[in-house]
Amino acid sequence: MDSIFTADFFAAVLSGAILAGMPLLLAALGETISEQAGLLDIGLEGTMLLGAYAGFVVTNWTGSYWVGFLAAIAAGIAVSLLMVVFCVRMGRDQIVVGIAILLSMEGLTSLLHAAQFGQSYPRLDAVPAVPIPGLSEIPVVGPSLFTQPLIVYIGVALVFVVAGLLSRTNLGLDIRAAGRTPVALDNAGVDVMKIRTVAALCTGALAGLGGGYLAIVTAGIFVPFMTGGLGFIAIVIAMLGRGRPVWVLIGSLLFGVALSVATALQLAGINVPTDVVQMLPFVTVIVALALFARQSYLPAALAQPFVRGRR
Amino acid sequence: MGSAFSSGSGSPDAVVLELRGITKVFPGVRANDHVDLLVRRGEVHCLLGENGAGKSTLMNVLAGIYMPDEGSIRIDGREVSISCPRDAIDLGVGMVHQHSSLIPDFTVLENLMLGRGEGWRLSTGRAQDGLKRLTTTLGVAVDPGAETGQLSLGQQQQVEIIKALWQGSRILILDEPTSMLTPKGIEDLERVLRQLKQQGLAVIFITHKLREAFAIGDRVSVLRQGRLQGTIDRETMKAASATEMQRLVVELMFPGEAETLAHVAELSDLSELGGGGRAATAGEPLLELHEVVVAGQRGEIGIVEAISLTIHAGEVLGVAGVDGNGQRPLAEAIVGQRPLAGGDVRLAGTSLRRLGIGARQRRGLRYVTDDRLGEGIVGSMSVALNLVSKRIGTAPFWVHGRTRPEVIAAHAEELVREYSVATPSIHTPAGSLSGGNIQKVIVARELSLDPKVVVFNKPTYGLDVKTTAAVRARIRGLVDGGAAGALLISTDLEELLALSDRVAVLSRGRLMGIVRNGPGAEQEIGALMIGGEHGE
Repeated sequence: MDSIFTADFFAAVLSGAILAGMPLLLAALGETISEQAGLLDIGLEGTMLLGAYAGFVVTNWTGSYWVGFLAAIAAGIAVSLLMVVFCVRMGRDQIVVGIAILLSMEGLTSLLHAAQFGQSYPRLDAVPAVPIPGLSEIPVVGPSLFTQPLIVYIGVALVFVVAGLLSRTNLGLDIRAAGRTPVALDNAGVDVMKIRTVAALCTGALAGLGGGYLAIVTAGIFVPFMTGGLGFIAIVIAMLGRGRPVWVLIGSLLFGVALSVATALQLAGINVPTDVVQMLPFVTVIVALALFARQSYLPAALAQPFVRGRR
Repeated sequence: MGSAFSSGSGSPDAVVLELRGITKVFPGVRANDHVDLLVRRGEVHCLLGENGAGKSTLMNVLAGIYMPDEGSIRIDGREVSISCPRDAIDLGVGMVHQHSSLIPDFTVLENLMLGRGEGWRLSTGRAQDGLKRLTTTLGVAVDPGAETGQLSLGQQQQVEIIKALWQGSRILILDEPTSMLTPKGIEDLERVLRQLKQQGLAVIFITHKLREAFAIGDRVSVLRQGRLQGTIDRETMKAASATEMQRLVVELMFPGEAETLAHVAELSDLSELGGGGRAATAGEPLLELHEVVVAGQRGEIGIVEAISLTIHAGEVLGVAGVDGNGQRPLAEAIVGQRPLAGGDVRLAGTSLRRLGIGARQRRGLRYVTDDRLGEGIVGSMSVALNLVSKRIGTAPFWVHGRTRPEVIAAHAEELVREYSVATPSIHTPAGSLSGGNIQKVIVARELSLDPKVVVFNKPTYGLDVKTTAAVRARIRGLVDGGAAGALLISTDLEELLALSDRVAVLSRGRLMGIVRNGPGAEQEIGALMIGGEHGE
């Protein structure tokens, strides 16, 4: 057993954790904003899927992954417009709408992919990594942690942007109020629907980008249903993060490790059936929920539509 | 913003607000019917009326929560249109709602900044200065960093008033502001109101309590069934004696019924009630609480710590305290809806620790919940089924698992008649009845089939005067036979003094003391409540 835990193994796990954790991080950051504003976006996985598809197709077509990322963001925003119209404006049940979004996006992306590519799965070129001078020269962890595509650094920076947004700005205060006591926000003269709309669009953009990252960077390919439950893991991470983006980062990396250990163990040729190894991320979710779910915190008005003066 | 109180122009008595012909119709209800109202600066204008008279609706129209169907609003003589809360705030109308609209897990400062921000970044410093200035003006002390949910309800209300003032309000609406306050809290509020009047604000004070309207108001307007019955102006209020005023208002509130309502507790003089005293001879101990401890659930402050009480046969034991001080956990632990974390509850000598809700119910321990719609009834089920909903599966209503509709119906017919529940039929869904009739259904269910001890949790909260009187009569009627006892939890001190033999005072889940009802009881209870609020 000792032989597999080499420096190479750790390097592979670490780089894999970031590769696998990034889509989770982006989507969970988005979900955090929504949850703080009182929207439970169950359709997150669907948003990621359309983001992945759009990102892949546009990158494949233009050859520029930056344009691909923008397309992924745009696709995510488009999906979140469904949340805005049905849940924020019309006050429909968020769970039902979320499930509808998930199912329709699974269907839509599979259909589009089949119509466009049939049974072929074109590959994208690898996204070039940018080493951080100095840090990337640290032995073992340096090359794997600090040599990443630019989008990874942007993603980590977004953690602090979202943290600052929620705690230091008027918009952040409004968002947190909308998720706790929307009546108070309304009475203070702020349009609750507007705030929740902004939050939903931010979620769409981030989840779309997360999906785009998955297709463009992690996989370099689009396969129908490729998100494989990541959206739901991201919802769990957001819940456990209790509205604090730094904890969302830590949670995402933790799950990223679980995902990449699964890969690394297979590479190391350890004699465990792949099915068992591939269970690891989901076992992690169950363990994390069992251990920490008591401390998960959901805003008081989560998933409750707001209608002024309802009696 | 400049000065905290930009009081506008005009003479001291200038009319700041004029409502003309305000009409608001909800499906099936004419909540406001051509209401006119004049409010001057520097006055406290009391809006008096029963529950459902349309007071809150009228004020919500003014605050931009509802759009009126008809009528016009003038502020400083200019006709205005208020279509959302923002409009109201911009016009200087601030409203302190009946149920706190502060965010409990925000700090005081965060609550103040809500909706007041300019630009992108939060301006904590400016909010801090504003808070300091206003607390000084009002003579109150508020910790800007405190989590609002941890403050006493009185302090929360002060924060709400400060918030309204910081928004530049010149017309301040207070919706039933005293309903959750201790006597000390009410004193503080009156002091703050005097300050506001001096600053030239107009205050609209909504209440359904006569005494309060006389004590606090400069003028009193009476609403009844959505219509303005009349306004008693300052001169009349000064000239008239207390009894004359009372007759005047009662005549406005209940035209033609003043005579028949003279006995209703809420309308009569408090001193007569408190002084009356109750039969001091208590019967056998029926329900004994021994060191009862209830653990709080998440986010719930009001837990119960080591409470020992005894309820005797033929006795109403009142429980006084501001809402949220452990009343509901205590009640639920007694009837078995919540586990005991320690101690014991004994009914007629038998420990109930191991018995579930159903077993306790069958032994005669009953609960009239304060959450009438949530857990009191199943709204979509018939009145008849709701009357036996705590007996499902037991004889005589169910035999060998089969429902016996004719027995249930007969039982229901009898109770509906006895308790004069106004319902089209016993098959009507209980949820479609009025609040008062729903409460009658609940009381009928709990008091039927041989009750021994009944726990009443805020049994008349939100009911009209007549139903209140009927429910109160039932409570006394239950124990006066000498066979049963009652635990009466209420936030209404007048109610407790009118019905109880003894009153226990609860504060932050602790028993502060038990007062025997009689002369001076009100002051003693008040003192115990304050003691609790200060002794954290």
